Amino acid sequence: MPLPESLERNPRLDDWIQFERERIIVRTGKVELGQGIATAIAMIAAEELEVSVEQIQVRTGNTAEGPNEFLTAGSMSIETSGAAVRQVCAEVRALLMARAAERLGVPLHELSIVDGIVRHTKTNHSASWFELAGESPFGVDATGRATPRPFESYRLIGRTTTRIDLRDRFTGRRAFIQDEPRDGLLHGRIVRGPSVNHMLAGIDTVRASRLPGIVNVVVDGGFVGVVAVDEFTASRARALLARDAQWKRQGAAPSPDPVSFLQSNADDHLLVVDGTPVPGPLPPRETGENTLRATYFKPYHMHGSIGPSAAVATFTQGKLRIKSHSQGPSVIRDSIAAALDMSPGDISVRHVGNAGCYGHNGADDAAMDAAMLAIATPGRTILLKWEREDEHRYEPYSPAMVMQMEASLSADRITHWNADIYSQTHSGRPMPHRSVSNLIAAWHKSSPLARAESRPGLGNHSGIHRNADPYYSLPSRRIIKHLVRDQGVRTSSTRGLGAFGNVFAIESFMDELAHAAGIDPVDFRLAHLADNRAEEVIRTAVSLSAAFEPPDMPNARIGRGLAFARYKNRQTYAAVVICLAVNEETLRTTLLHGAIAADAGQVIDRDGLANQLEGGVLQAASWTLKEAVTFDDEATTSVDWETYPILRFSEVPEVDVAVLDRPGSPSLGAGEATQGPTPAAIANAIFNATGVRLRRIPFTPDALRQAAMRNEP
Amino acid sequence: MAQFSLTVNGVPHRVEADEATPLLYVLRNMIGLDGPRYGCGAEQCGACTVLVNGEPRHACTVPIDQLAAASVVTVEGLARDGHPLIEAFLAHNAAQCGYCSSGILVEAASLLAANPTPTRAEVMRALDGHLCRCGAHNRVIKAVLSVSSPEKP
Repeated sequence: MPLPESLERNPRLDDWIQFERERIIVRTGKVELGQGIATAIAMIAAEELEVSVEQIQVRTGNTAEGPNEFLTAGSMSIETSGAAVRQVCAEVRALLMARAAERLGVPLHELSIVDGIVRHTKTNHSASWFELAGESPFGVDATGRATPRPFESYRLIGRTTTRIDLRDRFTGRRAFIQDEPRDGLLHGRIVRGPSVNHMLAGIDTVRASRLPGIVNVVVDGGFVGVVAVDEFTASRARALLARDAQWKRQGAAPSPDPVSFLQSNADDHLLVVDGTPVPGPLPPRETGENTLRATYFKPYHMHGSIGPSAAVATFTQGKLRIKSHSQGPSVIRDSIAAALDMSPGDISVRHVGNAGCYGHNGADDAAMDAAMLAIATPGRTILLKWEREDEHRYEPYSPAMVMQMEASLSADRITHWNADIYSQTHSGRPMPHRSVSNLIAAWHKSSPLARAESRPGLGNHSGIHRNADPYYSLPSRRIIKHLVRDQGVRTSSTRGLGAFGNVFAIESFMDELAHAAGIDPVDFRLAHLADNRAEEVIRTAVSLSAAFEPPDMPNARIGRGLAFARYKNRQTYAAVVICLAVNEETLRTTLLHGAIAADAGQVIDRDGLANQLEGGVLQAASWTLKEAVTFDDEATTSVDWETYPILRFSEVPEVDVAVLDRPGSPSLGAGEATQGPTPAAIANAIFNATGVRLRRIPFTPDALRQAAMRNEP
Repeated sequence: MAQFSLTVNGVPHRVEADEATPLLYVLRNMIGLDGPRYGCGAEQCGACTVLVNGEPRHACTVPIDQLAAASVVTVEGLARDGHPLIEAFLAHNAAQCGYCSSGILVEAASLLAANPTPTRAEVMRALDGHLCRCGAHNRVIKAVLSVSSPEKP
């Protein structure tokens, strides 16, 4: 059997697993972001070794030990790391069973495993995994010859378990990167201008340097930071330095009209075929007789982590030790090495969690910032924290997108589908180049690195064009992605990447087409689908929503809307039906109920899956109803939670989740599956309630008022 | 710098700090607690919420010199006392990342102390000052309601 990809790259069994008397340590190169991957990995290992989940300790991404699995992104961890861990455990199990047979002098087939102990029932001899493994490493590579246990025998997988890491988080035990023990720890802050595009024009460090408790004011070219013995002093010095610094914007200010900006500034134009961009001339556009057109827009959004980015760094004798909540410990290590002209071997990066990041937020920049402060303050450990305003200003935003849709109908079927997608890059992650960088401090420090240029991603469903290709059967389609290379607003990967905008547009447009054809939107979708699993999630979500009875509300129009997508057209199937009310006077939209049906193949952690799916709906609902990063002619004006409001407890609908388990079929990544369908389900529900079609996110009462006044069909 | 006395989770502490030092830094860096968390420093997200003399307060902005002889309870205090909310949150997997959880647990404990059987709407209103970015809201609401009326899941 071929090895899973991650295991092929990291074949040494000892990289993945180690037996101790009380526990089994399983290492993954993936990192825990709050998505529950550590628990799912523990379940897979426990299943294969027939022990309890509590006996497994999962250690996540660390460049100093364990496998290198690069980034934790794209909903790939179950499919890649999960598959690797399953095979590792199968191989180790086979090795240890053979050892047991030899040691007990009995035939292999007479051995069984009872409560995690290898037993020979006839003689009543037994041995634990630890006794069989001993202290010495296996010293061998995975072979692919061991067969994982058959799914029919699963006792844990597919059931609900309690997340292995939540107790610490609920009881105030050390759980996050900010919880680094404070004994002897120094506290760091950075000082930047209104945006990452502002360069230092002048600074007076005298006032800040005079504060008692200041250890170091670091000015390295245009990089400014401060290190203090206590956190309050560091924070006050940051405020003083901010007052005593001048900044100058480099490059043009953000456009006040992102829609026309994106449509008129694209540098690259690529045809997307089966989800993959194809370089070359664009084919001519074809349409039929009855043609509809609509343009949709999503604004810049923030990841908006509740815990601002942070990192811990120590520089001693030329070696840099970093703790970071980056999604790619080895990627940030190599990127920092490149930016600081160091050898990657002299840097170690260990993942320690922070609040959820939902993509490439400030984590990597904070790691670089901490490295800068540590190198300037050798021999001391520094906890660098961004403050709230830093995170709001400097995190790379989810790019704005324009989706221009055009389709022709003949009777009740789509004959032509044309889409033009405009956006900036969704891939601004750090990269280990010696001449260019994606790290803020690398652009600002003395002997700076140039900013990496945006390039069109050519991978299958990789960025702007993720889910741009509809999952429907269409006789003809022409999908073009247009990359705007401009980086006047810094952008990068956010949960779902292009899928949020693309599925919003596709699934809203499918509703518009159904309406134009005079067909029920559910039936219209089913008529264009050739996949039973897709049909089943749609039907299930619709009936789950039908079971919800909306309350009596005065002056309210109630509506329901459906949307569907299969993430990247190859991962989890998800259908979302939203039931909502629009107040006739205030035009405020109140979400009443969300029904989710999903097929993620073989389910690993049932409740963990449900948690991801429902969390995705609520987060995407927040993006859709409330969020847009705003700018003045210098920089963002969204600098805190008042100026960038997000969904609150009082605004949350009840959510029901139906998980369609497929035992024996491959597990499919699900962490981003509901981001795309949610905005379209909301738009379709608002249309269903009011007859008004909203094509520009966010759907504020003002947006609804303006759309109603335009009285667009 | 001045000396301040306060009781945290039932234990008396004396700390030496600048008068303007926010309670959050005192709790985290001088008393060594990890539960109260910095989220915004502006009373907008609730991650730092602790009880001061029984009332929920934002530890990120309240300065130490306003807390003469105050009694402070953090999530560690709830855990030590075996508050049923903690097991309820575990049973409902009522978080994803859990960064907002300590503030929410403290707020919910305060709600239940004043109103042992809140409705769903009352729970939502009580927690409205707490931001959760992962979308675990419904689990949190269910977990709080399960403590007030354990027969309902």
